[in-house]
Amino acid sequence: MEEMNQAIKKFIVASIGHEQYGVNIQYVQNIERMLSITRVPKAPYYIKGVINLRGDIIPVMSLRLKFGLEADEYTHNTRIIIVKLDGNPMGIIVDEVKEVINLTDDAIEKISKDANDEKGIYVQGVGKIDQELVTLLNLDGLINTND
Amino acid sequence: MDISQYLEIFIEESKEHLQSLNESLLELEKNTENVELINEVFRVAHTLKGMAATMGYKRMQKLTHDMENVLSEIRNGNIAVTAELLDILFQCLDALEQYVESIIESGSEGDKDNHKIINKLNAILEGGQDNTTVTAEVAATAEAIAIEPVQDSLPSQVEAAVSDADKRQHLQMSFTDFEKNAIQKAYLENFKVYGITIFISEGCVLKSARAFIVFRTLEKLGQVIKSHPAVQDIEDEKFDDRFTTFIVTKENMEKITSELRSVAEVTDVLTDEIIIPIEPVEAAKEDNQQKSTRKKKTGTKDSNAKATGIKPKTNRTVRVDIERLDTLMNLVSELIIIKNGLETIELKNASQNFNEQIEYLERITTNLHDAVMKVRMVPIERVFNRFPRLIRDLSRQLNKNIELHMSGEETELDRTVIDEIGDPLVHLLRNAGDHGLETPDVRVQSGKDPVGNIHLRAYQDGNNVIIEVNDDGKGIDVLHIKNKAIKNGTISEDQADSMTDQEIIQLLFRPSFSTAEKISDVSGRGVGLDVVKTKIEALGGDIEVKTEINKGSKFIIRLPLTLAIIQALMVNLGDEKYAIPLNTIQNIEDVEVAHIKYIQNQEVINLRGHVIPIVRLHEKLDIEEIDPDRQSLTVVIVNKGEKQAGIVVDSLIGQQEIVIKTLGKYLSNIKLIAGATILGDGEVALILDINTLV
Repeated sequence: MEEMNQAIKKFIVASIGHEQYGVNIQYVQNIERMLSITRVPKAPYYIKGVINLRGDIIPVMSLRLKFGLEADEYTHNTRIIIVKLDGNPMGIIVDEVKEVINLTDDAIEKISKDANDEKGIYVQGVGKIDQELVTLLNLDGLINTND
Repeated sequence: MDISQYLEIFIEESKEHLQSLNESLLELEKNTENVELINEVFRVAHTLKGMAATMGYKRMQKLTHDMENVLSEIRNGNIAVTAELLDILFQCLDALEQYVESIIESGSEGDKDNHKIINKLNAILEGGQDNTTVTAEVAATAEAIAIEPVQDSLPSQVEAAVSDADKRQHLQMSFTDFEKNAIQKAYLENFKVYGITIFISEGCVLKSARAFIVFRTLEKLGQVIKSHPAVQDIEDEKFDDRFTTFIVTKENMEKITSELRSVAEVTDVLTDEIIIPIEPVEAAKEDNQQKSTRKKKTGTKDSNAKATGIKPKTNRTVRVDIERLDTLMNLVSELIIIKNGLETIELKNASQNFNEQIEYLERITTNLHDAVMKVRMVPIERVFNRFPRLIRDLSRQLNKNIELHMSGEETELDRTVIDEIGDPLVHLLRNAGDHGLETPDVRVQSGKDPVGNIHLRAYQDGNNVIIEVNDDGKGIDVLHIKNKAIKNGTISEDQADSMTDQEIIQLLFRPSFSTAEKISDVSGRGVGLDVVKTKIEALGGDIEVKTEINKGSKFIIRLPLTLAIIQALMVNLGDEKYAIPLNTIQNIEDVEVAHIKYIQNQEVINLRGHVIPIVRLHEKLDIEEIDPDRQSLTVVIVNKGEKQAGIVVDSLIGQQEIVIKTLGKYLSNIKLIAGATILGDGEVALILDINTLV
């Protein structure tokens, strides 16, 4: 069990505004520069539309909109992280991709699930690395929950 | 000779021949007198025999050869086409299909000899000849084995003897070499061999259970070496009122007969001692030995072949329309021309030429993409054409008269979808036959034609291919499902009360949910429907059920044209581009705003006598109109079945062939959009789902 606890997980750290978010690397397919997005009418508010990724049509969501922040402003740092859950790809727009970090389970603070906190389902825990804190995203809750 | 290069041709052609064999046999069943059909079946068997011989597939060759013998007798009018004969021919077809399957998978025909079928064929042949020629001829044939009966009682009257002998089915059986060997061995150890025909009373409800008891009894007395039909078939109740077995035992005949007669519902037992004359057995043995040594030889040859890696293995093949291949070829040649063009561009004044070449390249690659996609499209006929046979077998198995009506076989689907859709359809068809359709007497009682109908339809509907399996049977009893679900604990009573009929029907798609009281070997409605649903959803489609008590049920499968290519009209709406499938478009009209009328607050136009509602796409799609004050609108008239609608667009771009892609799971619930396509410039354009707009 000791060893299990010490298993290392890799996260991609991306920033949105002043906050840092971690995406478990096992779901990440690739990271793309900003691509032209085609709006999809009647899609959920946080879905910006679809992109053409080398012949594949992939929906793209805005974390900012999902988290109730101000709309994205695309810069040359803006990236789309393509994640794949149960075989279904989804693009996530972030302000910037910073680095890849290794976290042991010890360094991950679990967040107690509060049913009243809607945002709680988007977050899996908080990663501590040196002095920094990284919000670890729960992709399943993030992508499969409509609100 | 290295034959591997011909293997793919062999497989493709065999498949075609088997298909035509299948069709001819089905046709022959309806019309047993048709000489043309018999000729056709004969021709196919003959061709297959030749092909198999060329490729060195001995077993396949033997089987087709024996088929040919029988067919030739039919052609000569010596044997009539009977239901049993057709059954055997169908078995031949199945066996041949197995050979071909095995060849596809491993390059070898496998080691199934299909003795049973060959024996049956020969039995027919012998039977046929028996009626016309002297038995001496039979004796003369090397393969024939004489069975000398030692009868347990001497019949007093000649007529009795005739009908009795007729009943003694075991006397008409032939043995394989293997069985002959076993009998031979039994003799050496002072065992006796009896042939027994057992009759079970006609009213017997569980014939297979009785047969089981009979076998148990026999196993106490000795060893069963052969039975007709095969034990498996007997267990599956695939026999009439009698079956035949052969037993090796030390017990005497009286004991066996009386023990068997004591089994309930066994009406009669006829027993004969079987004596196979030593000489032919000896000969057969020798023959056998020769054969086995020969086999060994070929065996080593085979292994040599394996060792040197000649053993051919094929991949799954596709037959492609030559025109499509030509297109592909042309595009590739153009690609080479561009490549050469690019190589010769001088860097100094490159930009002009370079851009031209790149544009050219873009165009070709897009077309190439399309062309390759098209190669992947196959008509659904490939899947459908095995169903008439399935229904035939099903109707015999279930003792129901079922007619299958198919349409839309030419509808094209992507190859991968075609490969996957077969099993779910088989399941639905079986379901329809087994649970949907009532038995003929019940049908008559409820005022229906005793013949049950199953309709299988495929058609393209916008960007979907729809496949419908429709039966005119009793329909699905919602109340019954509800009660069953409550009993199973799948849902609570409160839940049940609040559920709509449609929701309750959806319960059928839950794993391991069955409403069948008695699960038959064909299917239980519900058993496996979850698998069907999973499969179809994996293909990006969905399935829906419509049912009406006493009218029948309809399963509707909707498959997206995942990789399909369609002709579409590209239109501008604001600064966005949308595609409208061309097959939904009737015509395009310029409509003066002044001519728009209102009916119940809905904008309509009167177009040559038809009142057509107007759909403002801008509003539907939340797009800002470029020129809201324009007086003349461009209206695309689309139709969905009988219904029509006029869609207002900003301007037309033109007709284009587009590759359809789905929006994926996360956007699958957006009703207005059927999918997306990638335009020449890499931009994504959405495809409108006309069904939801009309």
